[in-house]
Amino acid sequence: MLLLQTCLSEGKGYHFPACHILCVSGFRILFDFPLDLSALTVFSPIPIEPLTKYHEEKCPESFESTQIKRRKIEKSLVADDLIHAEPYFKTIKNLQSWNISFIDIVLISSPMGMLGLPFLTRNKGFTAKIYVTDAAARLGQLMMEDLVAMHKELRLVYGPGQSGGPQWMKWNELEFLPVELKEVILGKDGTDFGGWMPLYSADDVKECLHNVRSLKYGEEVCYNGTLLIKGLSSGLEIGSCNWSITTPKGKIVYLSSSIFTSEICMNFDFLPLQGSDVFLYSDFTITNKGNIEDDIGSSSLVADDSSENDEIGVVVNSLANTAESTEETEKLSFLCSCALDSVKSGGSVLVAIGRIGIMIQLLEQIAVLLESSDLEVPIFVISSVAEELLAVSNIIPEWLSKQRQDRLYSGQPLFAHVELLKRKRVHLFPEIHSCSLLKMWQEPCVIFCPHWSLRIGPAVHFLQRWCGDPNSLLVMEEGVDPNLSLLPFNPMEMKVVQCSFLSGIASTKIKPLMKILQPTCVLFPEKMGKIIGNLNQSSSMIYYSENQTVLVPKPKSVSELNIAVELASLLQCANIGKEDLTVARLKGELSVERGQYHLLMQKEQALSSQKRPLLYFGRVDINLLEEALKKMGVIAAATPEAMDTSPRSENVHMLQVLEPVKALIEVTESETVVSTSDEFLAARISEAVRNILYVV
Amino acid sequence: MAIECLVLGAGQEVGKSCVVVTINGKRIMFDCGMHMGHLDHNRYPDFSLISKSGDFSNALSCIIITHFHLDHIGALPYFTEVCGYRGPIYMTYPTKALGPLMLEDYRKVMVDRRGEEEQFSSQHIADCMKKVTAVDLKQTIQVDKDLQIRAYYAGHVIGAAMFYAKVGDAAIVYTGDYNMTPDRHLGAAQIDRLPLDLVITESTYATTFRDSKYAKEREFLKAVHNCVAGGGKVLIPTFALGRAQELCMLLDDYWKRMNIKAPIYFSAGLTIQANMYYKMLINWTSQKVKEAYATHNAFDFKNVCNFDRSIINAPGPCVLFATPGMISGGFSLEVFKQWAPYEANLITLPGYCVAGTIGHKLMSAKTPTTIRLDEGTQVDVRCQIHQLSFSPHTDAKGIMDLIKFLSPKNVILVHGEKPKMAVLKERVQSELKIECFFPANNETVRLPSSHSIKALATDEFLKSSLNPNFKFLRPSIVENSSPGAGDMRTPPLQVFDDRIAEAVLLMQKNEYPKAVHQKELEKLLSEQSHSVTFSHCFPVVYNDSRNRTEDSASSNNTKMTSDLDERLLLHQLSALLSDKCNNLTIQACEGKVQVESFTASVCSRDNCPHRTTSTSSYETKVVYFCCNWSASDDEIAWKIILTMKDLSLCIS
Ligand SMILES: [Zn+2]
Ligand SMILES: [Zn+2]
Ligand SMILES: [Zn+2]
Repeated sequence: MLLLQTCLSEGKGYHFPACHILCVSGFRILFDFPLDLSALTVFSPIPIEPLTKYHEEKCPESFESTQIKRRKIEKSLVADDLIHAEPYFKTIKNLQSWNISFIDIVLISSPMGMLGLPFLTRNKGFTAKIYVTDAAARLGQLMMEDLVAMHKELRLVYGPGQSGGPQWMKWNELEFLPVELKEVILGKDGTDFGGWMPLYSADDVKECLHNVRSLKYGEEVCYNGTLLIKGLSSGLEIGSCNWSITTPKGKIVYLSSSIFTSEICMNFDFLPLQGSDVFLYSDFTITNKGNIEDDIGSSSLVADDSSENDEIGVVVNSLANTAESTEETEKLSFLCSCALDSVKSGGSVLVAIGRIGIMIQLLEQIAVLLESSDLEVPIFVISSVAEELLAVSNIIPEWLSKQRQDRLYSGQPLFAHVELLKRKRVHLFPEIHSCSLLKMWQEPCVIFCPHWSLRIGPAVHFLQRWCGDPNSLLVMEEGVDPNLSLLPFNPMEMKVVQCSFLSGIASTKIKPLMKILQPTCVLFPEKMGKIIGNLNQSSSMIYYSENQTVLVPKPKSVSELNIAVELASLLQCANIGKEDLTVARLKGELSVERGQYHLLMQKEQALSSQKRPLLYFGRVDINLLEEALKKMGVIAAATPEAMDTSPRSENVHMLQVLEPVKALIEVTESETVVSTSDEFLAARISEAVRNILYVV
Repeated sequence: MAIECLVLGAGQEVGKSCVVVTINGKRIMFDCGMHMGHLDHNRYPDFSLISKSGDFSNALSCIIITHFHLDHIGALPYFTEVCGYRGPIYMTYPTKALGPLMLEDYRKVMVDRRGEEEQFSSQHIADCMKKVTAVDLKQTIQVDKDLQIRAYYAGHVIGAAMFYAKVGDAAIVYTGDYNMTPDRHLGAAQIDRLPLDLVITESTYATTFRDSKYAKEREFLKAVHNCVAGGGKVLIPTFALGRAQELCMLLDDYWKRMNIKAPIYFSAGLTIQANMYYKMLINWTSQKVKEAYATHNAFDFKNVCNFDRSIINAPGPCVLFATPGMISGGFSLEVFKQWAPYEANLITLPGYCVAGTIGHKLMSAKTPTTIRLDEGTQVDVRCQIHQLSFSPHTDAKGIMDLIKFLSPKNVILVHGEKPKMAVLKERVQSELKIECFFPANNETVRLPSSHSIKALATDEFLKSSLNPNFKFLRPSIVENSSPGAGDMRTPPLQVFDDRIAEAVLLMQKNEYPKAVHQKELEKLLSEQSHSVTFSHCFPVVYNDSRNRTEDSASSNNTKMTSDLDERLLLHQLSALLSDKCNNLTIQACEGKVQVESFTASVCSRDNCPHRTTSTSSYETKVVYFCCNWSASDDEIAWKIILTMKDLSLCIS
């Protein structure tokens, strides 16, 4: 197995997972293809002011406008600096150096990991098989459809795009952009420009989903007979998973950002990840946090000396039951209490959180809190896919945590929002302009918007409405630069809570995890290398960094083969003069199935005891042969070279047989040729030669 | 290595499904059902046959339950809570969710209405279900190091699954109950084609062939409609789950279309509660139902009202779903007693009723009649009776299709009636050529199982074997030698895809055997390979009947043949040999005639070293053929040489 790995992108946490290409057994596998939605912040949200101002500024190349632009670069960033144009979306630009028609398989690890897929699937040459867990596929579909719906609103404002690309993408325009925006658009090294694309269409999304093969929980799928692929819960989000790929030459594990215990989704699945030959560690969470060093000092989990089996259990428990999940619960209750405070003081609450699991929990908890506080404050979930999103969450018990599954068994809906909707405590609206929303509108209220970029979608409207109200509250996720993302809403009077949620494996847990999983070779992010140092004696480490191809030495040079027992019984063993080693010829029908080779009995093979050309090894000593022949009553004598007509470089020996019949034996290093007209003599010579050589 | 199949229930009968299969030492119990037709100890499988000491936890590797029907799950709480089995139990999510409802309903019927001593309590059911591991369809579960199981969609009822189990190289499928055609709320059974030693299949309708489901549904709707239109009451005895939801979807939809106002009731809160589960489990229903989940969940019934006891005798038409299904007691029996005596009413019966139930008696009855209940009570039956002729079970064609698709080495039939099973067995054996059994309860069937030897294979070997094989084949009909024909027909090239793999197996102590390509042997054995070949150069008589001048012919006695002649001679030789040795594949190409490793070509060397016999002058013209072969084709070679020496070739 020749294994090549290239990390196309390290990503930026939960919303923008890492992206890799792996070449395994001649197949190219792409892991995830997300969109960097945080890059949307360079665009201005739907303009509040009349468009005229914006158009004036766009007057062609007057000296004055250049002056204005120059000023922009110098002073600190203001809302007007943002790009006033239909937003483009930032994809993985490093994939552009690959020929996408050579990709064989795409494995998607989370709903977020598939947001860029329509950009691939709409290419004619793209024929890869795409595997996504069924839950992730559904959530991903809704997120994509929501993007398209939200984007439509902006298209209405900006009109159809000009041919030849938008104005802002022209180099002379980019040049004058404030450095903060330039960094987002071009990347730190100025090379990201190629990744920007106008959003795909609803048809592209449909086409994309048509090409997706969705997998059940823990379903094994076989690619080309050779690769056995299985997605296993990673605990990060509903439907998100790690991958195990079994090949005839060993097992590969792809570890995406994972959470060991989750309130909402199925826990991290340890067992099937154990004992891999190659382990691709792709959880960059700790680098996304920024300060790696801080993380190192904290407490160690490893219980070093205890018996192997017990230890695994202990470590699994210690990985699962830690302060982490209580911390998460505390964060949520803190957010709830903030929301309650705002509402009590007459302000409204905008929850712009895109993490589905977190959003659903907050929705439940805020509703319960408001109810128990006797506050008649309506809760609205506003999104083009709100209804479906909540409906889906209630029909995928297979991907939910044990606590949620227990609700199924006791006949309760999986999430409280089902009841909340029925009791009209929570209302769903596809868009802010819905008549029924206007009829029901009441402030203060609590609004959930599952899109978080603060540039597109309903959240923008509410921010514009409430940004001047010091009693209102915005709940947003960490990971975006608040200065940049709140820029269009300045001066911002609203309270803002930015909350970071657990989105991967803590540095202290990496070593204990590896101890349980026991991989032979680990591919590990270079920049995280110093955190964990040497893993353990049994694993070798290879460090990788972004956009660099790493060659992994073959884990095994041989494949496993299952030989049908019927075939084995036909084996005729031969000794070749080596101790303990026997050799036999083997013939059958080779098939590869579910990542394993099988050699089966052919039909009718049992009946025919076919003769195969024998294989001889060793050298024929001319004297020995003469001797052996003599014992059989065959008199042979060496003839001088003269007999040879064609000169050869090799040492040629000739034996001439005169009795009982004439024959000629020509012996070289690698060949014996017997010329005779007599069948019986031929047989005898043959036997003599066989006795001198090893025959298989 | 063997498979042993002990049938504890549903052997030559329907009821208390329970089959214990031992595969290479691993023991799996498939289903743990109860028999609705028995009230004594016969209602449960005879578990003592599994373990005399009663240590079931060690005797079994796991229990697998296929679906929530009582004849498949009914004995589970008894087995875990009373008999003490503590090992793993697997079933699908819907079965784990709905199973307890079925069990609880049954327990109530038994205890509350029949006043029987309870076999297991509500607590038992709850405790039992806690031990269950729920599985998703197609999820591959490693029960232990050697045993792997997987569920496949079976249709039948929500959550019903066929189970695949594999230990080492031996694998089986146990179907449970299944349906090969989709119905209103469920899809058809679906399974992968897998190498299998055994398929254990239900055979409820072993000899029945059903036609369109649609027509049968219409019959049912018409009967119900007629009854309601005439002011009658319709009693639909069903189990709380499965059929109830299917029929209700049917009626709900029909009511809407026909604008019927008569109320539809569910007798127990149970069924209404069950709808709640169905809503969450909608992924397990048919594609059509699934797709509409967001806007309209098909299990939100619009025309279903809450039931009140007073409606039993209230005037006016209505439809009532009541449990249990075969009128074996409980509420359906109570309502049956009240409604049966009136001609305007209608009672529908499920397609299958277990012997001993009232449903079973009604099936064969002609109204009006009297039905005897226990303890001397009897009921006048004057109402109409409609038997549902659509069923959630596959028909005989479906069973045959499934077996054919899976092509296992053996088939065992369970869950059917003995005479029908015998008919099906014959069909499986004669039409599909697959060994088939239908053991009675407590009988064991022993079968050999697939087994393979673990080895390693080198890339060189695998690469050589995975390329398609090219073979030259002579045309199947050999034209008789047509000496004049100057064209040498090249044999057609045929590509075979049977991937014949030839390897050399190296076996060393304490190591896996290793399959290598023979090219690799030299290096691996550090021995030089040596070829041993045989040669013989001899004359064959031929005459040239062309109009050539004698002079040129005789003067050219030694340098006798031109290229053209050579080709003609070879062609003729190949044709004659084909004729004389018709069991051999003779090829002629590139200046030689070839059979396996044996080749013959025209030899023009005067002092050919392979010509060991002294050259005497011949009266007629001769042509020398130089022949080569390797030792393995000894026999063929001498046979051909002998034939050749007798030939006389001719160029005309
Ligand atoms: Zn059933
Ligand atoms: Zn059954
Ligand atoms: Zn010769």
